[in-house]
Parts: sequence; structure tokens; C-alpha cells
Amino acid sequence: MGEFTVHRVRFFDYMPSAIRAMAFNPRTERLAVARADGAVEIFNFADNYFQEKVIPGRDGGTVEALCWVGPRLFGAGLNGAITEYDLENLRPRYSVEAYGGPIWTVSGDSAGTMLAVGCEDGTVKMFEILDETIRFQRNLERQKGRIISLSWHPSGALIAAGMIDMIRIFDAETGRATHRLLVERGAGASKSREVVVWSVVFLSDHTIVSGDSAGKVQFWDGHTGTLVRTHLVTKWDVLALAVSQDESSVVAGTSESIVVQFQFISSTVGRQDNEWVRTRTFKNHSHDVRALVHTETAVVSGGMDTQLVVRPLLDKVEKNTQESSLRKIAFPHRSLVCCAKKAGLLLFQFPEHLELWRLGESEGHGRAGDSLPVKRKPEKLIHLKRKGDDHIRCSAVSPCGGWLVYATVSGVRLYRIQHDNNNIGVTKVSKLPKSLCSAHQLCFSSDSSKLFAASGLSSVVVVALDPLECKHLHTLRPKSGSRQPVHLLCVSDDGKWLASANTDCEVHVYNLKKMKLHCKVPVYSSCPTAIGINPVTSNLVTVHADQQVFEFSLQQKEYTEWSRRLQQRGLHPVWLQRDTPVAHITFNPRNPAHIVLHDVFMLCIIDQSLPLPEARTPLLNQMMLRSLPEAERSRQSHAFKICKSFQHLLSMTLLDDQSLVAVERPLLDIVSQLPAPVRQKKFAT
Amino acid sequence: MAALYEGYTLCGLVPTQDLSNSCIRGIEQERDSDHVLVTDSTRSVTLYKVSDQKPLGSWTVKQGQTLTCSAVFNSQTKEYVAVSDNKMIRIWKEEDILLDKAFKATVSSDIWRVQSVNGGEPVVLFQRGAVRLLDSLLSAPQQPIEEVLAQEEAIRWSTNIVAETQQFVIFTTEQKGDNFLYLQGLNPNTLQRYRLEGEEPGLIPLSFSASYRDKHICLLYLYPNGHVYQSVVPVRGLGTEEGTHALPLPRSLQMALPVGEGLLEAATALVLDEAHVAVVGVPHPSAGAGKDFLCIWNTNFQTLQAGKEMAGKIYGQLWCYSNKLFIPHGKTLSVIPFVCPKSSLASALGKLRQAKTEESKAPASVPSWNNILHEEKAQPSRTVETRKTRSNRKTQSTPCLTTDQVLEFIKTAPVEDVQKEVEGLLSRSDMQDSQPSVGQLVSILVSRSLSDPAFYTPSTLAQLVQTQCLCHSVCPDFVLLALERKDYFLCQLCLQFFPDIPEAVTCACLKAFISMPDVDAEKASLDPDSISFMETVTSRERGQVGLQNGFNSTSLNEESSDGVSGGDAITEDEEKPSTRSEQNCPVGLHKAVLLNEVLQTAYSDSFLLPHLKDLSSQHVVLFLQYLQFLYLKYSQDAFPQTHGLRSPSLAQIMDWVCLVLDAHFTVLVMTPEAKGLLLNLHNYVKSQVRLVSELGKIESSLQALHQMKVKKDVGQYSIEVIELF
Repeated sequence: MGEFTVHRVRFFDYMPSAIRAMAFNPRTERLAVARADGAVEIFNFADNYFQEKVIPGRDGGTVEALCWVGPRLFGAGLNGAITEYDLENLRPRYSVEAYGGPIWTVSGDSAGTMLAVGCEDGTVKMFEILDETIRFQRNLERQKGRIISLSWHPSGALIAAGMIDMIRIFDAETGRATHRLLVERGAGASKSREVVVWSVVFLSDHTIVSGDSAGKVQFWDGHTGTLVRTHLVTKWDVLALAVSQDESSVVAGTSESIVVQFQFISSTVGRQDNEWVRTRTFKNHSHDVRALVHTETAVVSGGMDTQLVVRPLLDKVEKNTQESSLRKIAFPHRSLVCCAKKAGLLLFQFPEHLELWRLGESEGHGRAGDSLPVKRKPEKLIHLKRKGDDHIRCSAVSPCGGWLVYATVSGVRLYRIQHDNNNIGVTKVSKLPKSLCSAHQLCFSSDSSKLFAASGLSSVVVVALDPLECKHLHTLRPKSGSRQPVHLLCVSDDGKWLASANTDCEVHVYNLKKMKLHCKVPVYSSCPTAIGINPVTSNLVTVHADQQVFEFSLQQKEYTEWSRRLQQRGLHPVWLQRDTPVAHITFNPRNPAHIVLHDVFMLCIIDQSLPLPEARTPLLNQMMLRSLPEAERSRQSHAFKICKSFQHLLSMTLLDDQSLVAVERPLLDIVSQLPAPVRQKKFAT
Repeated sequence: MAALYEGYTLCGLVPTQDLSNSCIRGIEQERDSDHVLVTDSTRSVTLYKVSDQKPLGSWTVKQGQTLTCSAVFNSQTKEYVAVSDNKMIRIWKEEDILLDKAFKATVSSDIWRVQSVNGGEPVVLFQRGAVRLLDSLLSAPQQPIEEVLAQEEAIRWSTNIVAETQQFVIFTTEQKGDNFLYLQGLNPNTLQRYRLEGEEPGLIPLSFSASYRDKHICLLYLYPNGHVYQSVVPVRGLGTEEGTHALPLPRSLQMALPVGEGLLEAATALVLDEAHVAVVGVPHPSAGAGKDFLCIWNTNFQTLQAGKEMAGKIYGQLWCYSNKLFIPHGKTLSVIPFVCPKSSLASALGKLRQAKTEESKAPASVPSWNNILHEEKAQPSRTVETRKTRSNRKTQSTPCLTTDQVLEFIKTAPVEDVQKEVEGLLSRSDMQDSQPSVGQLVSILVSRSLSDPAFYTPSTLAQLVQTQCLCHSVCPDFVLLALERKDYFLCQLCLQFFPDIPEAVTCACLKAFISMPDVDAEKASLDPDSISFMETVTSRERGQVGLQNGFNSTSLNEESSDGVSGGDAITEDEEKPSTRSEQNCPVGLHKAVLLNEVLQTAYSDSFLLPHLKDLSSQHVVLFLQYLQFLYLKYSQDAFPQTHGLRSPSLAQIMDWVCLVLDAHFTVLVMTPEAKGLLLNLHNYVKSQVRLVSELGKIESSLQALHQMKVKKDVGQYSIEVIELF
């Protein structure tokens, strides 16, 4: 197969942001995750937990709470405004000021007509949800002290509000507080500290569950306002609660990084007197669990350690299926790295800035396993801070390294980069065509003459690059009329084809010579996670969230023979069991049969000329092949050549000089930059 | 394992009117081990050849007369001696057919028994306690016989024993429920009277058995409640004063035999050898209440070695001659051969296959440097000639008495002069490094002290030891002399300064130290350093009970008291102060100091073990208690091992604990008073094992950490080559 020189890059200081809030829409099976930097991510739980959409954050736009109302997503934060998100254009649709100071919590009623927000000034404000906007309706009876948490009774007649040292129950009709449930403070020294009710859940049988800063999970009778049961769960805070749809299970997340499950079961078999019993403890985090969601089959948790953890409840799922394995989503499902293949440059995207690096050089050759001496160290050429409050959504560097572009929610900025030996000049291209006002994805043509920007309604704007003036050439529009944003763009190296994929799972291919839609690839049920066009054969390769691989001939406008064979044979079970999506596809121009792709944990080269692996033979056979003699090797080898030497891969590209660039971000490096967790007693400390 | 073989009948018995007694008065050995003389309770004496089971001759007194003591054989004159009607001594030879025609002599007082041992002259013991040699009595039969015993005192049992060269008559008497032991030595005449410690009121010993070993007479006696006691009387230390004043006789409980219901009536315990006792008339522990058993017990391990049920009535009579037991039962007299091989822990546990190859490891087998290096020259009995010629070679230019002269002087001069001279000699500078002369001096001093009981120069000897020129092999009797004279300070010095004390001697010291009364020990003046060490140890007794090595002694107490609560009387009375008793030194200060010296001597396990076995179980328990006390002290935090006092190390203590347990394990397991102690030690071991296993886990996990593949730190950037196949 061959040797590759790999630039192993670990200087991308990517730091994910902590998870602050989560909301799950059981109907669409979408999970919305709000991060500490204000970004909101949408995961499709029906499609292998694929991260479909990312709405970038803003400075000062922290989100404290998220709430689905039907298909609409609302968020509110300490800036005091309620924001509805535009999930088609991936931006806030509008913000409504609540005039109650910072907002701690948002809760929508089950009918989808009202939105209640809890404010710093002690009011619960009711907003009417209209088709296009929300309108303030009234305040509930004002309380002393902030409203930390809210929960509607499923009937919509009552609201429970968690406050400091107490829980209030309001009549949603009259706005009167009907009950006051006093929450006991912690014992000992913390007696003097007020207890914060971080989370409340109002169940349909009028049971109120509360989690507070004294480490208690309490069950109250909402009719009488009496305490039914107290579970002391942790020495620290219980930060989040979540209830299953059938209200038989409640999970509580603590700052001790554990998640505790309570179930409404009978303590003795065969009796009907169910009660809330503490059943399971999950420890999948290293830091505070700030946000929790209880889906039908799993507990989804997130917190300070930035990882989204899907912990299946093994009594709800079939054993040994894809669903039953624990998932940790630590990295975004789209690339934050762009590589200029010809120039050997790397562009790193951060929310606040961009970094352009030049790769190092080495001389000489080495045998497999060697580390080559580095003649020139990698060099950071540009540190470009973004303008405005909006965080960077996407970015790209042209293959020649002469152009750099990034987009935020509010605009696109294009820069001309000039290298002359040691001097680097960055000039902003001031005049951009009006059509280039926003972009979901950006990419340059391989000859760096055109810029493609995915815009609204799945359209792609084509801009001709010229140092003097950039002209809008064309806007490519699909015929489907899909309103979903494009999340993948790719251009063939010969400059003939452009492919775009949107979150409706549609893949459109445009003929750039004719500047029109060439074809639409048959829609597959799972969202594509990476697409690539083979420059030699003009075949489009798509990899989907369910790990399926397709090859579509653009000339014939049909799936290729290889693709059909692959589908008939079926992919290897080990391949299908991987839990991170393929993030990028490139091709080796010298060997058109090779498809280079990667996910977070592996690099794979698919050799289309080799037989496909049998389900019985091991998929990972590199070690075995290494030990075999040459002749035997060719008989044993199969199409999937997988290398696991690189872990936590964020990007893998093949440069024009045939060397690979692997950008790694070891989890350990991320963990080491996290703040210290609450002190826990560990053995021998 | 001791074993009883199939027996055979020697003769039938004629039942007497009185059913409680058998018709046999006594059985005595004749010319050799195969001939015995059986005297029946009425009037006939029969000579049997045992292996042939047939009578060789029989003699009968006239109708109306009775034999009042068993006939004995005088091996010197090949005559038989018997007594009829208490006062008439009859002597005859084998050829004589009619007793009436044989020699007769009537004495003035009633005779209890005539005693005879092989090679010894027959001795006549009168009922009132007087003892005469047969010859001297016959020379004047009507001589007056004095009364030794008090009114109402009557002899119950007697025997005689030849110890070294002296013949002893041993007999026990009873007076109003008290029992006394008389030890009558002949040529020269000595008499020692001991009072036996009383058992429960109303109980008098059922049987006695005496044996002589290691210069001591061991008396074994059985009480009706099944207790078998042993008392050891030293032969050597016998005073010459008349036995009017009864000394208390220390005893040790050898065994508590199972008696079933009620008390024993007719039973006998007979010493077979140092470890085995034959018992008849005591129920077999696993065969119900019947008492018709002949059993062999091991006293060391308190185990039943062999047992045999005897048909018919048992009379509680038992004789033993050369590996054959003679037991009358029912209407027969049976001979039962037996073997008692040397007992060992291994054999007791059934692991020793060839019992016969294991010979006893007598002290003689301990290698002595003396014998190896100096051959016969260095024997304690080396001649004066050698010494003279040797010392003649030495310088004679000294102005005062020369070494030679002093050596000669020592042999005869009185104590004070010897002390002065030797001190003078030692003060001279050239003596300091002349090791041979010091050796000679000590040898002569020791041999004189040994031969002359009045001569003893403790300070001189101490001074000589402190020159550090001496070792045990130069003067092998030195330590034993010090022990004999109860000069404990000298013993301590020897243990400190002699590098080559044999294990036998170490053990003798240990035995002496552990068995001596605390009063004696406190009288001794000992090395102040070691005393101050022990004082610091004991002064810390009230110290806190801490957690050491994961072992909490308070929790131990709980555990152990739990374990013992169902147990015996001995632990019951100390169940309350159990915490304190563990913290209290079980022996006196000086005794502890001496024991510490023993702990610090060099030894080799295999040589020490056989000697350790000689310790009695009581002493073993006491010693273990002391070792446990030391261990507890050492285990406590901040124990002052740092200051340079001479003190045993923790390892030494633990080694001794192991040794003692090894030597006496079975005995300890069966000794009730050791139960708590063993439980404690078991707990230490358990906690230590637990600790060690935890440490092992930690160690292996730490090692695993080391072995874990150190992932190559690739740093921020590297260019690598990979190959895909």
C-alpha cells in the first residue's frame, strides 16, 4: 500500500465550551445543547446523534435555559432577553426583552401556547407564543428573591418555581402563589448558607421533585405542599433534574459529577404502593453535571467537562446494539481545521479568532515508525481576531494560501494574504458582493479563483476572486426548495463539480462549467457527514451518519458498481459500530482507487481495487498484515486499511506532496485546561 | 507413636476373698529382663521366664504364714529375699526347694518392704520409715530401729533408685490427708522430706511413679480426679539435714486425664520415659465410661498414643520391666510389650515415617568448639601437667606471683586470698591481652568451684568475663556453674560476652530464668543498662493503645475475649483486666532483664529446638506471654529503640515466638491457659498477613504502573512515517 509522511500536529489549542443547558424535543428527537459561550447545537438522536446544526454564540449572550415549544426553540440567559432561534438560517430569529433582570429559567407549557420565564427580580413572566413572535402577557405574583427554576404542571394550571430556601406553587390562571414549600438548609456549617433550589420538576400526579444546593433531592406532595421524601445525594449541589416522559424515572445531576437515578417503583415485589427509590448512579463526567435530559432510552448529561454523554438505560434498550453503548461526544462533528493543500498551511478556527500556521519541514526519509528530524518548525503566520460580537461560524483558506475567509452570523470577511519570504501581508477585501452577506459553509476552488459560500435556502453563492474586485458570478439553487442549511460543500480538484449537502439529507451536484445544477443524489435517510468528489473518476463519495458509504458516478448519475457491491455485501460490523462520524474525505490523485477518510479515532484508506472485507474477517488487520510475508499479505488484505495511531483526530488531509497532515487534540490536553472539579475524597488523599 | 502390642498371659490368678485387690503382691525383675519374680498376696513366690510364659520355680511359706512384701532378687549374691509376717526376713537361693529350711532372721520392727535394684544392695524399709542395708541389718537383726515417721503417718508407696552412684529409697507417706515424700539417700545417709501440694481436700494420690533423669528425680503421681502431676527433685542439691522440716514440693500439672463420672478408684500412672506415661484404670476418652483400659499418653503433647481394653476387672496395678507391661486383670496376669519411640511434633502429627532413625539429640551432639579445635587437650579435666608446660613458656619476669604460681595458688587457697591474687594478676598490664592465661585461670577457678561447694568467687569471675577474652568453649562449665550458684549477674555477663554459647546452655539458662521465683531474681544485681531499658519499657505500660500496622490491640481484645468466652476457668478470672494484663509485664523486672539476654544470644534454630522442648508448658506459656508483652511494646509508636541500650530487636522477639511455638505447638494448643495467648498471637499474624498482602497488592500495582507503556510524548509537532499494508 505504501508509506506516508505524516505531519502530526498537536498545537491546535481547541477548547470546547462547557455545556450549560439542554432541551430535548421528543417528537423530532432533536437535542438542543447550549454551551457556555452561547452557542447552541442541535443533535439528531434519530440519526446516530449527529450534530446537525450549530448556531454560533455571541459575546455576552450566555444561555441559561433552553426550551422547545413544538419545533421552535427558545433560549434565555442572563442578558435578560428571550431568544427564539432560526433553525434554518442558524441564527437568533429575534430577542424579546423580559424586563425582569437576568433570566434563570424558561419553561413552556405542554399545550405550546405559553412560555414562563423566571427572573432575577422575583417575577415569573408569562409570554404568549404567537406564530411569528412571543408577546408578554402578565406577571405572576411577585416574590422576594430570584426564580431559579420553573416547571409547569402537565395540565398547564400550575407552575412550580424553585427559589432560594423555598419552592412556590403558582396558579397559572390567577397568578396567585398557592403553596410555599420550605426547603431545609444543609446541616452543620452550611446551615447559615441559603439553599438554592436549582431545579424543580412538576409531575402530573402533583408530585414536585426538587434538587438543591444542599445536595438533596426531595419529593413533595403538590396538593398539600408537604415533603414526602428526602434523598441526600451529594455533599455538594444537585444542579439538574430530568424526568422521563412516562414519569417513572427521575435523574439528578450533581456537581460531584455523578448522575443519580430515582425510579417510581414498588419497594416490595408485587405490591402496588410505588414510591421513589434511588436506584442507579452514573459517573461519566469529571466535573459538574449542569444539564440533563431523560430520553426514552437514555440519560443524556453534560456539564463543565464539555462532553455530551449519552448513557443508555440498559433496561430500556436491547443489549449489544448500537443503542446500548455509552456515547461520549467530545468533538464537534464538523471540521474546525482547513488545510491549504498546495501551500502547506493550516487554518484553525476558534470562536474568537483564526490562526494560520505554516507546517514544518523535514529532510530525508525514514522507515515506517520513524520520527523524522524537523528541519523547520511550524510557524504561526496570522492570528486574526474577528470583528463584532458574533462568533465565527465557518472559515476557509484557499489551496494556494492566498485567500482567507470567515463568516459570522452577521457577515462574511475575506482577506488577501501575501507572503513574500518573511513578510506576510493581510489585506481585507473591502468590496464584497451583496449576495455574500452570510454563509453556512465556505470553500475555495482548487485553483483559488472562486469562492463558494453556502447561503440560505440551500443555495450556493459563487464569487470570482480578484485582488481588486470580487464579483458575484452566480447563485446556484437546488430545485427541491429545501429550507435547511447546507452543512457540507466540496469542489472537485478539476474545478468541474461542486457538491453541497444539507441537513435534509439532500446532496446536490452542480456543474461549474455550466453553472447549473447537474443532479441530485438520491436522498438517503441518514445525513451525510462527509462528501468528496474523486478528481479522476468524477465519482462522488458520501459517508453518512449511520456510517454507510456510497459512491455516485456523476457522469452516469447513478451509484457505481463498487458502491452497489458494497451495499450488497454490507459494511463490516466493526465499521458500523464506530460511534464518531467520518469527518472528511480526500483522494489521492496519484492513485484514484484510494479514498482517504477519517473520524476522531482512526484514519482509513479505502482501496477500491481490493476485495471488500468479509464480516468474519477482522476489519483491523494492519498488525496482522505487518507480520505476514509479502506474498501472503496481498491475499489477506482487504479494501479497508485502518490506522489507529492517531487519536482524537480533528482533521486529516492529504497535501499535494503526498504527505498527510493529522491534527490531533488529545482529550487529556482539554481536561488539563478545565477548572478543578469540586474536591472529592479519593482513596489515599 | 507409642504402641501397645498383642499381649499374652503369664499366669492365672487365684481369686482372693477381697475382690478389690488382685492376688499379686508384687512383681520384681530377676536376673535379666526376661525373668520376673511374682509374689502373690498369700504365701507363694514364683519365678517366671517371661518369653516362654512358664514358671521356673516356686516357693511357698508354711500354712498360717503370709508373705508381707514382694520377694526381691539380690543380684550380687544370687539370692532371693522375702519377708513373712512383717518381721521375718527369709533368704534363699534358686536351688532351695523348701522355704522353711532356708535362712530366716527376725527383726525387731515391722518391715514395709525390701528394695533391690540391679547392681545395688537390697535395702530394708521399715514401716516406721527407717532404712537399713540388708547386710547391716542381718549382722544384728535385733538392733533397735528408730522411728522416722510421726504418729499416724503411714507409708503408702516406696521405691528405690540409683542416681549416679548413690542409692536412694523414695517413699511417700500419708498423715491426716497430707502427703509427704521422703528421699532417703544411702552412703552417705541423707534424708529429705517434702510436702506434696494438696489437691482438692480428701483426695490422696492413687499412685506414684519415680524416675531418674538429668540428675533429677521425677515423681509422677495420679490423683483420683485424673490429674497427673510431676515434681522434680534435684539429686545434687540435697541438703544433709534430717528431714524433720518438710519442704514444699513444687509440682506441675502434666495431664488432666478424662475420668468420666465420679473419681478414679483403682488406677496407676507409670512413667515409661520422659514423654510417655502408661495409665491403667482410667477411661479411654473415646470409649465411654469403662475404666478397664491400659493407655499410653504422651505428656508433652497430651495426646493418647495407644490404648487397649483389658478383659475382666482392673486392679489398678501395673509394673513395667524393659518394654513390657505387667498387668493383672480379671483372672490373669498379662504381659503386654510396648514401644515408645522418641516423640516429636512430626511424629505426633503423624508425619514421621521412620520413627527409629530419629535418635534423640542429646546435648552431647551440640558441637563444641572445645572438642573440635583442641581435641582432648581442652577437656575440662585436662591435666595440670599440660597447663604447667604451657604456662612455663610464658614470661616469668613478673615481680609478683607469676601466672603459674597463681594457678597453683588457686587450687588450694581460701576464697579471699584467691580473689586478691587474681585481681592483682588481672590488674597487671600484660594480663590484659594474654587470653590463654585468662582461660587457664577461669578453668581452674571453675573446676575448683565445682568440686568444692564452699568455694566461689563471683566478683573475680565477673571480672574475668569482662576482660572479653573468654568464650564458652574455653570453660564449658562456666555458665552452668553460674546457674548452679544462682549467680544471675554472672549469667548475664556470660550471655553478653560469650559469643559461642551452645543452644543447650542457652536453653538451660532460659529454663533457669523462667522458672526461678521473682524474689530470687530481684535479689540479683544486674547490668544497670539493661535494667534501665526494661524500666523504660515497663514505665510506658500506661501508654496509649494505638493502631500499629493496621493492628488494633483493643479490637484484638474484643476478638480474643469473644473467642475465649466459652472457654476455661483460667481466662475467666482475667477477663476483666484483659487489657491491662496484656500491657503488664508478666514477669518481674530482673527476670525480664535476664530473659532479654537470652533473647539476644546467637543460636541456630535446629539446634535450639530440641532443647526448647524441655521447657514445661507452664514455662512456655509464661515465656510466650513475656514475648507477647515485648512485641506489643515494640509495636507501639515512638518506642525508644533509638537510645543505645542493649535491647532485643523486634526480629529477635518474633524469631523466639516462632521457635517456642514450633517446639511446643501441640502442647500449647492443648493447654487451656495458653488459649487466649495463642488467639492473640494468631490475631497478630492474621493482621500482619493482611497487611503484607495489602502491601503486596500495592507493590504489584506500583510495579504495574512502572511497566505501563510510557506513551511517547510526541510533543506539539512531529513528522512521522507510517506504513499501511
